[in-house]
Amino acid sequence: MTTTLLAASLPLVPLAAALAGLVLPLRSRRAAAILGVGSTGFTLLAAVLLALSGPAAGQFTLVSFIDVDITVGVRVDAIAALVAIAVGAVATAVQVYSVTYLHDDERYGPYAAQVSLFTAAMFTVVVASDLVQLLVGWEVMGICSYLLIGHDRRLPEAPAAAVKAFLVTRVGDVGFWIGVVLLGLAVGSFRIDDVLAAASGGEIGAVTLTAACLLLLAGVAGKSAQFPLHTWLPDAMAGPTPISALIHAATMVAAGVYVVGRLLPLYLASPVALAALAISAAITMLLGALAATAQDDIKRVLAWSTVSQIGYMAAALAVGSAAASTFHLLSHAAFKALLFLAAGAVIHAVGSNLMSRMGGSWRAGPVTFWTMTAGLAALVGLPPFAGFWSKESVLGAAWEAAAHGERVTSESGLPGAGGWFGPVPAGAPTPSWAAWLVLLSGLVTVLVTGWYATRLWLRTFFGDRRGEFSPHDPAPLMSWPLLALAVPSVVLGLVVALWPAGDAVTDGGGRFAYAPLAEAPSWVAFLPRFDPGLTVVVLALTVLGAAGAWVAWRRDTAADPARALGPARTTFARAFFLDEVQDFLVVRPARALARATRRADEQLIDGAVEGTGAGALRLGRLVAAAHRVGLPGYATAALLGAVLLGVAAVVTGVWA
Amino acid sequence: MSVLLVATLAIPALGAIAAGAMPHRLGFAARVVATVAAGLAFLTSFGLILGDRTWFSYGEPVIRPWHEVDLEWAPGLDLGFHIGVDGISWPLVALTTLLTLLCCAYTLWKEPECGGGKNLLALLLVIEVGILGVFMALDLVLFFVFFEVVLLPMYAVIADWGGPNRRHAARKFVLYTLLGSVLLLVGVFTVAAAAGTADLVELSAAGGDGIARGVQIAAFTLLALAFAVKSPLWPLHTWLPDAHTEAPTVGSVILAGVLLKMGTYGLIRVAGVVPAGAEALAPALGVLAVAAILIGSLVCLAQTELKRLIAYSSVGHMGFVLLGIATLTATGFQAALIGNIAHGVITGLLFFLAGAIKDRFHTGDLAELGGLRERMPLLSGILGYAAIASLGLPGLAGFWGEAFSIYAALGLGGGFWMVLGVLAAIGAAVTAAYFLRLLRQVTHGPASGAVVAAECGPVAVGELVAWGPLVVLALALGLVPGLVLWLTQSPVEALMRVIP
Repeated sequence: MTTTLLAASLPLVPLAAALAGLVLPLRSRRAAAILGVGSTGFTLLAAVLLALSGPAAGQFTLVSFIDVDITVGVRVDAIAALVAIAVGAVATAVQVYSVTYLHDDERYGPYAAQVSLFTAAMFTVVVASDLVQLLVGWEVMGICSYLLIGHDRRLPEAPAAAVKAFLVTRVGDVGFWIGVVLLGLAVGSFRIDDVLAAASGGEIGAVTLTAACLLLLAGVAGKSAQFPLHTWLPDAMAGPTPISALIHAATMVAAGVYVVGRLLPLYLASPVALAALAISAAITMLLGALAATAQDDIKRVLAWSTVSQIGYMAAALAVGSAAASTFHLLSHAAFKALLFLAAGAVIHAVGSNLMSRMGGSWRAGPVTFWTMTAGLAALVGLPPFAGFWSKESVLGAAWEAAAHGERVTSESGLPGAGGWFGPVPAGAPTPSWAAWLVLLSGLVTVLVTGWYATRLWLRTFFGDRRGEFSPHDPAPLMSWPLLALAVPSVVLGLVVALWPAGDAVTDGGGRFAYAPLAEAPSWVAFLPRFDPGLTVVVLALTVLGAAGAWVAWRRDTAADPARALGPARTTFARAFFLDEVQDFLVVRPARALARATRRADEQLIDGAVEGTGAGALRLGRLVAAAHRVGLPGYATAALLGAVLLGVAAVVTGVWA
Repeated sequence: MSVLLVATLAIPALGAIAAGAMPHRLGFAARVVATVAAGLAFLTSFGLILGDRTWFSYGEPVIRPWHEVDLEWAPGLDLGFHIGVDGISWPLVALTTLLTLLCCAYTLWKEPECGGGKNLLALLLVIEVGILGVFMALDLVLFFVFFEVVLLPMYAVIADWGGPNRRHAARKFVLYTLLGSVLLLVGVFTVAAAAGTADLVELSAAGGDGIARGVQIAAFTLLALAFAVKSPLWPLHTWLPDAHTEAPTVGSVILAGVLLKMGTYGLIRVAGVVPAGAEALAPALGVLAVAAILIGSLVCLAQTELKRLIAYSSVGHMGFVLLGIATLTATGFQAALIGNIAHGVITGLLFFLAGAIKDRFHTGDLAELGGLRERMPLLSGILGYAAIASLGLPGLAGFWGEAFSIYAALGLGGGFWMVLGVLAAIGAAVTAAYFLRLLRQVTHGPASGAVVAAECGPVAVGELVAWGPLVVLALALGLVPGLVLWLTQSPVEALMRVIP
C-alpha cells in the first residue's frame, strides 16, 4: 500500500506543482523555483525509496466505455523504478540549473511549471499500468516539449521547431493509438498485464499482433526520434539548453524505447516487428552519428548523437534484450544530460552555440571542461565510464543474437516475472540477418562516435580562442548539477557490473536483478556475457575514430576537422537531405491538398448552396414578371381559367 | 421533483419576458434580471440530478427519466406535453444552462457596441428555453416544436448584433435550417403515423416493432438529414462558417456550444426509435462523418480567419461525434456523448477567446495577428490551452470522444470500418496541425502591427468569470471523463437492447 502510494505520488506531486505554478503570477520567481525544485526533488527521493522497497501495483477503474473499461494505476518493477530514479535525478538537476540559466527571463514561472508538468507526464508513462493512461502521459510530454521548445522568444526559428516536434511525433502517434486500439480490441482490456498475459496465452492472432506491434513502432519512432521520424529532434535544439538535456536527451526521447521494453513480450512473438525495429535502429544509429560529424552547432552535434544513441537502445530491443536497452537508457540519461548541461555552461560563457566561435577555454573553466570530458568519455565508451559497459552490453546482445542464430538472446522476461509479465512466448526469434545488421551498424557507429566526440571536445576547448569571450565556470547553481551528473556518468557502469549477482536471484519481489543471464533466465541481467574479442574490436574502433579526428585537427587547429569529410560534408551536415524529402513528400502535398479542399468547399459545396438561393430568387422574379402583364392579358388568363374549370367540371362529372 | 423540471424551462422564459419588457433606460437592471434568471435555471438544472437515478436493467423501458412531466396538451390530436431528463440528456441540459449563464454574465460585463444588451439577453433566454425543451422533450412532436423555437431568436441575434455581413449569414442560417426542419417534421409524422404514437418512451420501448423496415429507413433518412443540417454533417455544413463568423461572441458560443448538439442528440434518440433504419443508413452516416473530419480539418489548415477556422474545426469535431453514433455501438455512443459535451465546453471557450481577440484588435485575419504572447500573455496562454484541448490532447476533455469513436469504428472490424477508423485517426493528426499553425500565427513570433497598435486593456474580471468555468471543466472532464460517462452508461446500455 505504501509503495503504491509512493508510486502514485511520482506523477501526482509534480502535477500539483505544475498546476500551482501555472496560476502563479509571473513575477513570483522564488515561489516558482521552490515549487519546481521541491517537487522534482521529492520525486527523486520517492523513486529511490521505491527502488529499495520493491514492486508496487494497484489500480482502479477510471471510466467505462461499456465495451471496454479504462483503468488507472501503477505498476512499478525494478526497471520502472530505475528509470524513475533517472527521470527524477535529471529533472531535479535541470530545475536547479534552470534557476540560474533563466535568471533574466521574465517567463521563468511558466517555464518551471511546464518542466514540472513534463516530469509528471514522464512519470505517468513510467508507472502506468494501463495503455490509455500511458498514452495520456505520452502525449502530454509531447505538448510540454512543444511549449518548451517555443519558449525562447529571441530565436526566430523556435516556433517552427516547436510545431515540427509536436506534429512529427503526432503523426507517429496516429499509429500508436491504432496499435493500442487493436490490442485493446483483441484483449478486451487496456491493462498492460492483461495484454501481456493474452499475448503469452496466444489469445491475440498473429496478424493482429504483428500489425499492433508495427503500429506501436510508428509512435515509438516519433517519440524516440528513430528513422524515419527523427527529423524533429535536431530542430528541437531551439529550446533552452536545460530542456534539451531533460526532454530531448535524457527522458522523453527514451520513453519510446522504454515502452517497447515494457511490451517486449509482444515483440518477441512477432519476428516481423523485431526485424522492422532492427532495420530502423541500424539506420538511425549510423545516420545520427554521421550527421553529428559535420554540425557546427554544439547542441546539434549532441542532438544527432542522441538520435544515434537511442538507436542503440532500440537495437538492443530488436535483438530481444530489454536489459541492455534499459542499461544504456540509464547511462545515456546520465551522460547526455551532463553533456547538454555542460554545453549550456559553455554557451553561457561564449554567447554562441557555434563551435567555430569557441576554443581555447579548457584551463579557464575546469568544472565545465572536466565534467564535459567525463561525459564525452562515457559517450564514446571508454572504460571504465558508464557508456562503455552499457554499449558493450548492447553490442554483446547483438553479437549473441547474430552468432547464435534465431533465438532470443537468453533472458526471457523482465524483473518480477512471477505474475508481472506472465510467461514469455517461446521461440521468439530476431531474424539472424537483422541481428547482423544491427551488430555491423553498431560497430561502425562506434568508430564514427569516437570521431565526432573527439572533434567536439577539441573544437570546444582547445586551439586558439576563436571568439570574443572570457571563458569561466558557471555560477554554483549551474555547476552543482554538472558535478552531480558526472558521478553516475563515471561510475554507473562499474556499480552495475560489480553488483552482487546472487542477491537478486533469491529476491522474489523483483528488486534489482543483475544476475548473469545464463544463471537466471527469468531475470534482468544488465550485462550479457562479455565477449573479450568483441570488447577488443569495439575499443580498437573507438580509438581509431578518436585518432582520426585528432589527426585531422592536428594539421590545423583553427580549422574544422569536418573538412576531412570532403564532399560528404554537406550531405552529413544536412543529414542526408531528409528534411527536404519530408518537405517534398509530406508537407507540400498536405498544404496543397488543404488549399484545394478549401477552394472546393467554398466554390462547389457552398457555391451550390448560394446558387440555390440565387436561383430561387431569379425564378421568383421570373414568375413575378410573368404576372405583371396588361389588362388584356389578365382578361385572357381569367377566361382561360374559367374554361379550364368548366372542362374539369364536365370531365369529372362524366367520370363520376 | 418534477417541479424542478418545469422550473428549469419556466425560469428562463419568465426572465426573457421580464428583460424584454423592461424599458431601455433600465437596460442594466434588465440585464441583471436576465442573468439572475439564467443563474436560477442553472441551479435548478443541477437540482435535477437529485432525482431517483436507480436503474433496473431488466424489464424497464429503454428511456427511464429521472423526472418526468406528462400532461395532456392537445388530446384531440393525441399530443402530449411529455418532458423529462435522463442520463443522456442531463449533461446537455447542464451544459446549456451553464453556457447561457456564462454568456449572460459576459454580456452583463460588456454590453454589445451597438447596444440593446437586454434584448440580446432576452433572446438568449428564449433560445435556452428552446434548447432545453429539445433535450427534455419525450414526445417527438414536442421535440419538433422546441426545435423550431430556437430558430428565429437565433436569426435575430445574428442579424441584429452580428458582424458586417450579418444579414446574409442570418438569412442563410435560417433558410438552411428551416429546410432541415421541414424534413424533421415529415420524419416525425412518418414515425407517428406508422407507430400510432409520438411518445419517445413508448417508441423506444417498442424499438421499431410494428414499423415496417422500409418505413423505418424512410423515417430515419428524413430525420437524419434534418439532424445532419443542424449538427452539421458534411456536405450540409456551409451555413455554419458564415453564421459563426458573423454572429456576436455570445451567439457563436451558444451556437457551437449547444445548438449543434440538438442534432447529434436527436440522432441518438431516434436511433432507438427506428433502429432498422439506423442500421441501414449507418455506413452512409459513417462515410459522411469521416468526410467531415478530413475535409473540415483540411479546410482549417488553409483557413485565414480566426472565427471561420474555429467554425470549421466544429465540422471536424462533430464529425467524430457522428462517427461514434454511426457505429451504433455502446462505446460509440459513449464516445459521442462525451464528445458532445467536450466540444461544447472547448469550442465555447475558443469562441469566447476569439471574441476577446477580435474586440481588441479589430481583426480576425491570421496574417494580421501575431505575437499575442508579447502583448497579452494571459490571453494567449488561455488560447493555447483551449487550442491544445481542442486538438484532442489526452488528459483534456477532447481526447475521450475522438479516441473512442475511432476505437468504436475499428472495433466493428471489416475493411470498411477499419478504413473509416484509420482515416478518422489521420484527421486527428491534421487537427493538431491546424491548431498549432493557428497558435504559431497568433501567439508566437514578434508582435504584429495590429497587435502593437491596438489600444486594449488586460483580460478583465468579467472575461475571466466567463472563461474560468470552461477552463476548469476542460481539465476536469479530461481527468475524470466519468463525470459524463457514469451518467450516460445505464441509458446507453438500455438503448443497446433495441439497437441490433
